[in-house]
Amino acid sequence: MSILVDKETRVICQGFTGAQGTLHSEQAIAYGTRLLGGVTPGKGGRMHLNLPTFNTVAEAVSATGADATVIYVPAPFCLDSILEALEAGLRLIVCITEGIPTLDMLKVKVRLDIGGATLVGPNCPGVITPGECKIGIMPGDIHLPGRVGIVSRSGTLTYEAVKQTTDRGFGQSTCVGIGGDPIPGSHFIDILARFEEDPDTEAIVMVGEIGGTAEEDAAAYIKHNVSKPVVAYIAGVTAPPGRRMGHAGAIIAGGKGTALDKFQALEDAGVKTVRSLAAIGEALADVTGWL
Amino acid sequence: MNLHEHQAKALFAERGLPVPEGYPAATAVEAVAAARKLGGGRWAVKVQAHAGGRGKAGGVAVVDSLAQVSAFAKRWIGKNLVTAQTGSAGRPVSCIYVERCTDFIRELYLSALVDRNLRRIVFMASTEGGVEIEKVAAQTPDKIVQAIIDPFVGAQPHQGRRLAFQLSLNNAQVKQFTALFLGLYQMFVELDCSLLEINPLVVTSDGDILCLDAKVNIDGNALHRQPALAQLRDPTQEDAREIEASEFGLNYVALDGDIGCMVNGAGLAMGTMDLVKLYGGNPANFLDVGGSADREAVSEAFKIILSDANVRAVLINIFGGIVSCAVIAEGIIGAVKDVGVKVPVVVRFEGNNADAGRIILGRSSLNIIAAESLEDAAKKAVTAAGRAA
Repeated sequence: MSILVDKETRVICQGFTGAQGTLHSEQAIAYGTRLLGGVTPGKGGRMHLNLPTFNTVAEAVSATGADATVIYVPAPFCLDSILEALEAGLRLIVCITEGIPTLDMLKVKVRLDIGGATLVGPNCPGVITPGECKIGIMPGDIHLPGRVGIVSRSGTLTYEAVKQTTDRGFGQSTCVGIGGDPIPGSHFIDILARFEEDPDTEAIVMVGEIGGTAEEDAAAYIKHNVSKPVVAYIAGVTAPPGRRMGHAGAIIAGGKGTALDKFQALEDAGVKTVRSLAAIGEALADVTGWL
Repeated sequence: MNLHEHQAKALFAERGLPVPEGYPAATAVEAVAAARKLGGGRWAVKVQAHAGGRGKAGGVAVVDSLAQVSAFAKRWIGKNLVTAQTGSAGRPVSCIYVERCTDFIRELYLSALVDRNLRRIVFMASTEGGVEIEKVAAQTPDKIVQAIIDPFVGAQPHQGRRLAFQLSLNNAQVKQFTALFLGLYQMFVELDCSLLEINPLVVTSDGDILCLDAKVNIDGNALHRQPALAQLRDPTQEDAREIEASEFGLNYVALDGDIGCMVNGAGLAMGTMDLVKLYGGNPANFLDVGGSADREAVSEAFKIILSDANVRAVLINIFGGIVSCAVIAEGIIGAVKDVGVKVPVVVRFEGNNADAGRIILGRSSLNIIAAESLEDAAKKAVTAAGRAA
């Protein structure tokens, strides 16, 4: 088992025929993802990458039986694309795009709160269950099917955690990039809850960064609800206050959101933290006793 | 994106929100003309720079003669304002704002921002205006009252009235405050604001509500649909290297250490800085070359990093996902040739085409220190910078 995606997941791609959609769809197909088609308004009926293209998400869903979508459309159009996917009844929406206006995400969150769908992202690498299903832009070949669930706000930091768990032979159950935006579709807590329930996930790596209080919320959640060992790393100890560090959500504002506060909250909750991002694999070995 | 106070107040005035009359002035002559136009015998004069703490730094004054207006303008225009928030270089002042002076009897606080936890626009109001709201929040949190806005329903009059009554305003002021509250919400959503802050919001001696200061931040991700606001951007208030970097798709933030960092991905860039610090070094910058870095971008990244005279070593840390390490390697070689890199360069490649990248660098005659791992890279960069010091 795994969380969110597996070999049964039926995927479509919004923004299918664009440069990003094409590149990453090719790689997803090569990885073995069951990508069944895509959506580009006005290009319905054409074949692209030997798969059907549809004008609307609803058509794509009824023709393919898809239950998940990945969105590569440009940021100004993402609100519309996410709402279209929600309306079409998809269970999982993964939005890779960076740069969505914050006020658009407030609207998306209200619709998500009604229930029925999970949004991962935006501004994220996506979701992968190694050997089964890759939805997103992560390099597939660094992954190894296995027993660690990884959840992260950063793309390349996820890859570092993946590499360390692959190098030690632990492998990953599922890796989820929740993204670097201030208003993400899924929070740490949403993903931690799924990892806790997943029998194939035996330990969890959580990678956070400065800005907001999602890590503090996660710490409180872990203390009361997560029985599996958790290793956490937080990026941005050296980040100056008031400066946005690349990600829209990575900013220490009004003294809130520092890496040290987050480390402290996680340590208080009994989470094993590492100050060096190179020490994630070793810390996992420590807390699990795995060799 | 930040706006100047005079730009923010012009937006308020356009929407009928109560602000004192005032005019920006780029010279002492213009400042005196503005004061004459306003009439009266007292004026507020304010340095226009993107910095909090202007008052403490002497950038705000109340003056009562045209000679003082002129003197204030001459003292500041063309100079830099240094406040607790700007760093030692400060921010250049190309303009002051001359405003009608208002007598007031109460100083309040009002702001609207996107609350990340609640995922809503939240208004905050307080009876403790004119001081830092963070201090009020820390010391007397019960003096801050909130209204949480539903994104689909919008701000409602009853929410504004509740805040107004909590601020102990009288009935006439409650009406004015509620109109301001509703107008600010409209402005927030129509202009894609990320912050609207009025500190202080005053009750004048005549008993009216007036926005004595106005701070407006715009969501940079929404500028594509706010072309008029994009025009208001003042690049002189930003770090020149950061602007140059953004033109090449690079994300750069200057810091005060001596180890230049070039990394792909914002999180890994922060993680690399932290690792440098952990091994006893100090990062000179945050730099994310992004997911689609090409040779030109890498070359530009080098130029920007090396334009910082403090840099004694450069650490390049690439985990190739989309970006190929081979492309980065070509970029490094090109940049070293173009720019003439004199400081030691430590490179760590992982992921997409990492081996090819290492081979390309190995074949070149450049003096590049190859790192075996993440920790090895940080240690070698710290050692190299220490030797160069």
